[in-house]
Amino acid sequence: MTHGLFAQIEPDTRASVQFTFDGTPVNGFVGDTVLAALLRSGTYIGQSEFDGTPRAGFCLMGSCQDCTLWDSDGRRLRACMVDIQSDMDLRSTPYRDTSDHG
Amino acid sequence: MDNPPRVVIVGAGPAGLAAARHLVEGGIRPVVLEESARAGGQGTRRLVAHMSHHRNRIYGRAASGMAARETVEDAVLSQCDFRTGTLVWGSHAGRLELLGPDGYDSLPYTHLLIAVGATDRVLPLPGWTLPGVFTLGGAQVALKRHASFIGDRIVFAGSSPLMYLAAAQYLRLGHPDLTILDTTPLSRKIRSFPAMMRHAPKTALQGISLMAELRRAGIKMAFGVALKAIEGGERVNTIEYATRGGQIVRTPVGAVALGYGLRPELQLAELAGATLRYDKRHRQWFAQVDAMGQATDGLWIAGDGSRIGGAEAADAAGFLAAESMLTTLGHPAADPLKIRHSRRRLKRQQCFQDAMTGAFQWPAASAPNIPDETLVCRCERICAGEIRHAITTSLGPVEINRVKAVTRCGMGRCQGRFCGPALGELVAIATGEAPGYLRAQAPIRPVPLLATDSEHT
Repeated sequence: MTHGLFAQIEPDTRASVQFTFDGTPVNGFVGDTVLAALLRSGTYIGQSEFDGTPRAGFCLMGSCQDCTLWDSDGRRLRACMVDIQSDMDLRSTPYRDTSDHG
Repeated sequence: MDNPPRVVIVGAGPAGLAAARHLVEGGIRPVVLEESARAGGQGTRRLVAHMSHHRNRIYGRAASGMAARETVEDAVLSQCDFRTGTLVWGSHAGRLELLGPDGYDSLPYTHLLIAVGATDRVLPLPGWTLPGVFTLGGAQVALKRHASFIGDRIVFAGSSPLMYLAAAQYLRLGHPDLTILDTTPLSRKIRSFPAMMRHAPKTALQGISLMAELRRAGIKMAFGVALKAIEGGERVNTIEYATRGGQIVRTPVGAVALGYGLRPELQLAELAGATLRYDKRHRQWFAQVDAMGQATDGLWIAGDGSRIGGAEAADAAGFLAAESMLTTLGHPAADPLKIRHSRRRLKRQQCFQDAMTGAFQWPAASAPNIPDETLVCRCERICAGEIRHAITTSLGPVEINRVKAVTRCGMGRCQGRFCGPALGELVAIATGEAPGYLRAQAPIRPVPLLATDSEHT
């Protein structure tokens, strides 16, 4: 069993894909949503900008916006609606720079 | 012709697909707009490729006809202007505002069918914003789209037929630790059952068969419970509830799936000109439509986005709406027997849903028990106490939209979809009237500012 929130249904035979979240590499499988990859390996997708408590998605179908995160260009996306790609550099807050300055 | 008809369907779930099929058969090529990447809807959602070998486990008896149905749907969609990944975020003066793969677009229409479905209806309890708490619909989408269990020890909590459906899906996929905590007493379900049987015996028996399947597998089920709190830190770890007898029980959990039936997605319908009506029995607002699904000139609404009815009702309503659209376009009427049959199917499922409000009760009566410090609005982090304070101190008449304006409850990213039902109840306690309706505003989903940029602004 993984230490993430989500549990695997069965051993996965899909090819793995690595992407970056808050400057840290995360492993997922081809065809995974960003949300599935993040919640299988961890327990959160971001923090509330109001009280800083963790958020990890709620409706999982694009309606509640609880799994909102941002790409390196500052574009907002919903982790439950987007598939992972190896060149993704995602972050849980829009402005905090998690890498070296640039 | 100077003004050719422009027929547009929003939503490629069961209602939208049934409508598209009938329109295509009538020689129309509608535009079909779908926010997600694939057609299919939510309850009848198509499985991602790496879950397709689990179709029989997830859909049970419904699985057998699915492949054939999806083939037909694909054939229909190939004759439509089908646009996936396309969000409709507003409607004004006969146009839809879109955000699609190619950016912003504004689409004029003459005949619009809105078939955008529903989401879980939720009443907050302490801890419902913790990581690991999801909606009941979300628990199902986790399997179908995210190819994952929502956790290793799951409690389905609330009162909804989806609790039993989702639990059965998890069970068949081999999940080892499932519990159902239903807030409606079993006696109320038994009392509602004859009416459910009378209106839709097949659907009612499917429900019984699901419960029997869970019972045989030894799934823990408790009825008439009062949910007290969900606890945890970085993730959920405990749910506390009171049994029907009043005994407090604390159960360790890895995830909670929460919901009390469904609420229709009405925002777009309202912006496009539909009138809404309050339904006392369901204690929520639906779109006002005639027997064919027409809301006003040029506007039709079908499926759960009009009035909760389920996939079969959506299929019938989609056909009827398309038939009505074709009639206004001057096409000859369809076989009267088929129209009558569809109207009967729709009516039966709606009466079934009416009867189900007794078997799966929206817990309006427990809204006063939501603790003051419990978050109601998860986007803006507004707690019940702030809302109650605003209601007692704000100037002027107490009304849901006013309370929203004062507290910001319902102004966040989800636009009141998940706090709205609770906000309605908290305001209703003060007014003694029926819960009000949160007015829709464009954009109905967050869109980048650039998306609103166009040559005619």
